[in-house]
Amino acid sequence: MAGSAPLAGPGPLIDVHAHFFFEGCGRTEWDALNKARFRAGERIGISIHVASILGSWGRFSPTYFASPADTTRGNDAMQAIAEQHPDRVRWYVAVNPNDTAFALEEIDRRVAAGAIGVKLAAARRADDTLLDPIAERAAEGGLPILHHIWQHRRRHWPGQDASDGADLARLAVRHPKASFILAHIGGGGDYRHTFAAVRDIPNLYLDLSGSGVDRGMLDDAYAAVGAKRLLWGADITLCTGLAKLWALELIGLTTEELEDVRWGNAARIFRRIPTPDR
Amino acid sequence: MIDTNAYIGGYPFRHIPHPEPAMLARVLEREGLDGAWVGHLPSAFYRDPAPGNDELFAALAPHPTLRPAPCIRPDWPDWQRTLASAIDRGAPAIRVYPPQWGLGADDASMRSLCSACGEAGVTLVFTARFEDLRQRHGMDQAGDLSAAAVRAVARGNDRTRIVVCSAGRGTIEEVHWGLTPAERDFVFWDISWIWGPPEDELALLLRTMGADRFVYGTAWPLRLAQTPRANLALLPDELKNVKLADPSSW
Repeated sequence: MAGSAPLAGPGPLIDVHAHFFFEGCGRTEWDALNKARFRAGERIGISIHVASILGSWGRFSPTYFASPADTTRGNDAMQAIAEQHPDRVRWYVAVNPNDTAFALEEIDRRVAAGAIGVKLAAARRADDTLLDPIAERAAEGGLPILHHIWQHRRRHWPGQDASDGADLARLAVRHPKASFILAHIGGGGDYRHTFAAVRDIPNLYLDLSGSGVDRGMLDDAYAAVGAKRLLWGADITLCTGLAKLWALELIGLTTEELEDVRWGNAARIFRRIPTPDR
Repeated sequence: MIDTNAYIGGYPFRHIPHPEPAMLARVLEREGLDGAWVGHLPSAFYRDPAPGNDELFAALAPHPTLRPAPCIRPDWPDWQRTLASAIDRGAPAIRVYPPQWGLGADDASMRSLCSACGEAGVTLVFTARFEDLRQRHGMDQAGDLSAAAVRAVARGNDRTRIVVCSAGRGTIEEVHWGLTPAERDFVFWDISWIWGPPEDELALLLRTMGADRFVYGTAWPLRLAQTPRANLALLPDELKNVKLADPSSW
């Protein structure tokens, strides 16, 4: 289908929540997954995938509680993919805040190697003070923090110390000069709880990714925080990402607001991301 | 092509922006669909769905492309009369919600209803889930439709077409490969909740089970109607021209 018009229409498009895999990680079909992301990305019209790899994806340590060795392994792989695809891949350095000193060193090392943001998953609750030095380092370096979120955490879920919107909002209030991306409003849980929790936190952005495509979710996100604080992303379901792009065109955003969600907001908060060619 | 997985009416656990039939008709037109088998969403949560069926027929009457798919509860007294009435009023399909009614996988009444639907020439439609399990209201304790419940109805069935809506890969495969080839021929799956790339689960299922096992469905108004269209548009090139089963010809 090379050469056909992008399914998401013309113009730049930045996916702020992408993942890749690598040989030896917990997904034996790693190569097919990576190729499928690029294939679908080309069809959709994704200009830049901003991606991360969470350790070994569970092979040597848990995905959401990655060991330092696994953190290094995953970031090595992510860096290599970005270097292979400089035209279309940017990346987050993923860290586990429990190994704080290591995490800070890893951030510095990977930013020097090209990382443009920090990925935090679910190894420590977002409002824990252990995250403060990481948030400070991110603010100093102009590195947005993409934080895994469970929309309204009402109980413990296995395999993760999940945070919700209220948890991340407390961290964002403590660090007003850092930019926080609240991950995947469609990624599970009650997104309306999230919208209420983050409505008045200007340095907190909502990423639209996730398999959830509830009718009303996008309208409510737009009403809660406005187009300037919405970022398009797909995470592990590019099909729902495309559906959301099509739906965004119908819920009342202006042309300028659509451009903000597609790429403008991302280009603004990621200081190291080039403005895609129009 | 028609939408086998559409509803009108509200949902008890969250606000839905546009549950009215006129909006559904406009959405179908926008999505390039010829019509829909439409259920009455509140009826899934009624003890006796009969009043909801009446509301459904009345609400859809002005909309010829919206075909009523009323709800029959087979553990309710005199359900046969309700079924006959629904068929007399033109229903092409009957919807059932065993988890919401507390009916287990081995409930014999569901097999009786399946058989009666086959005799009458109407399709039996299950719904695997209305919402993602991770966002359920505290009072929504029904759980997802189990693969075992579908297998129990499909096994031995040689006449009734069964459509299962909003199922994911795991349930689909567990049922499909748990049936004989003859039994599989009567079971169809809507594509509204099957993941596309990069996992490419829809592509995998189309390759392993065949496109004729799948029908189009949106889950409107609970979910974005654009999702199945996006999923089909992102299929790998060799699957671009697949043709799903078309229930409008049944």
